[in-house]
Amino acid sequence: MSLSTILLDGTANAGGAIGAGLAAIGAGLGIGQIGKGAVESIARQPEAMNDIRANMILAAALVEGAALFGIIVGFLAMVLK
Amino acid sequence: MSLRSVKYLLVLTLSLFALSFSSDLFAQDTLSKEAKPAAEGKKEGFDAAEVIFGHILDNHEYHFTSYHDEQGKEHHVSIPLPIILYSKERGLTAFLSSNFEHGEANYHGYKIGNEKIIAVKEDGTEEAGIKVYDFSITRNVVQMMISLAFLTWLMLSIAASYKKGLGVTSAPKGKQNLLEPVITFVRDEVAKPNLGHKYERYLPYLLTTFFFILVNNIFGLIPGTANVTGNIAFTVVLGLISFVVILFSTNKHFWGHIFNPPGVPGFVKPILILVEFLGVFIKPFALIIRLFANMVAGHIIIICLISLIFIFGQMNAFAGWGTTPVAIGFTVFIYFIEVLVAFLQAFIFTNLTAVFIGAAFEGEDHHEETAHL
Repeated sequence: MSLSTILLDGTANAGGAIGAGLAAIGAGLGIGQIGKGAVESIARQPEAMNDIRANMILAAALVEGAALFGIIVGFLAMVLK
Repeated sequence: MSLRSVKYLLVLTLSLFALSFSSDLFAQDTLSKEAKPAAEGKKEGFDAAEVIFGHILDNHEYHFTSYHDEQGKEHHVSIPLPIILYSKERGLTAFLSSNFEHGEANYHGYKIGNEKIIAVKEDGTEEAGIKVYDFSITRNVVQMMISLAFLTWLMLSIAASYKKGLGVTSAPKGKQNLLEPVITFVRDEVAKPNLGHKYERYLPYLLTTFFFILVNNIFGLIPGTANVTGNIAFTVVLGLISFVVILFSTNKHFWGHIFNPPGVPGFVKPILILVEFLGVFIKPFALIIRLFANMVAGHIIIICLISLIFIFGQMNAFAGWGTTPVAIGFTVFIYFIEVLVAFLQAFIFTNLTAVFIGAAFEGEDHHEETAHL
């Protein structure tokens, strides 16, 4: 068994895991930018903190939903033959 | 690191990688043939994948633990649940899942296959052509009934105390203190802003969704219980109910905006109509996947962290003991996050359902305003 066959054997697993990791990077970037915008706007207008917080949580959940699509697809790539 | 040494390092790594792409030629091909059967034999020791899927998936028993006694025989600590099967040829059968003896015995002509129950002949081979419909009371069903009973008791007892006058003209007492802020939160932050003056019609559904998802999320976090909200069938039904509620709140203006988007240049319209129409279905689908993936991911993380102890312990007993405090520490941290996620996902499901319902009937407001001009 050469290294290339060993490497190619787990390609589906590797592809799924790498895809899920990339999706997590996307979620981190997106939610980080949402947090940055929210904190900056609270700093500009502290009275609006409650409204801003509610909208931040809503937007973060939508972005996380999109990232979880990617993670589910990665998981399916590993499990389905 | 200077650019030069990075370049040398890259050349070194890539050339080592390229060297690995040689293939060995054997005079006899027996090596690969012998290797395969050994690899496909039963994996002794700790199988993390089996533990994870055993916890995530639905099951016909509440399985707590297994242990081996002095003779080496395996004992299981579990609560068996009833199995109810129906097939056209054999009719309705019901029995307790302990009769299957954890997958090792046939009973009444049925046997637990890989994950499904299949019909078998007397000697244990599968009898083809018989479709078995499984209506069993599985782990998830029992757990849903428990959370249903808990939720009904909680809400009815609070309603009874409100009816008696407690908390109406005086300060709320006892359980009312627990739930009144949450219910007013759902009414004032979720229902009223999104649904306007029609919020009272949808408030019962929104409150039910919120509390049902929340209670099932929290119960799923207790060790030993079933994973209800992390089950795709459960979230699909919730998403379908939301989809039906959204569809029933749509009006002419909503569909007009979908099939005739205003203010859009002509060449973009066909694409936009397709996208908007698909969006009607994709939004509840996203609700389904969001809840399912969040809950199942949290459970898998917790189980993986605990499995790390056993994986390391198999290699070396000291490594296992050393991993324990680290893994337990991470697990407690993740548990706090999971409690937050439980509340958050219930809130998000309810909030987005309210947003979509509001978007479904909001069209008339624009037209009412233009009519007043």
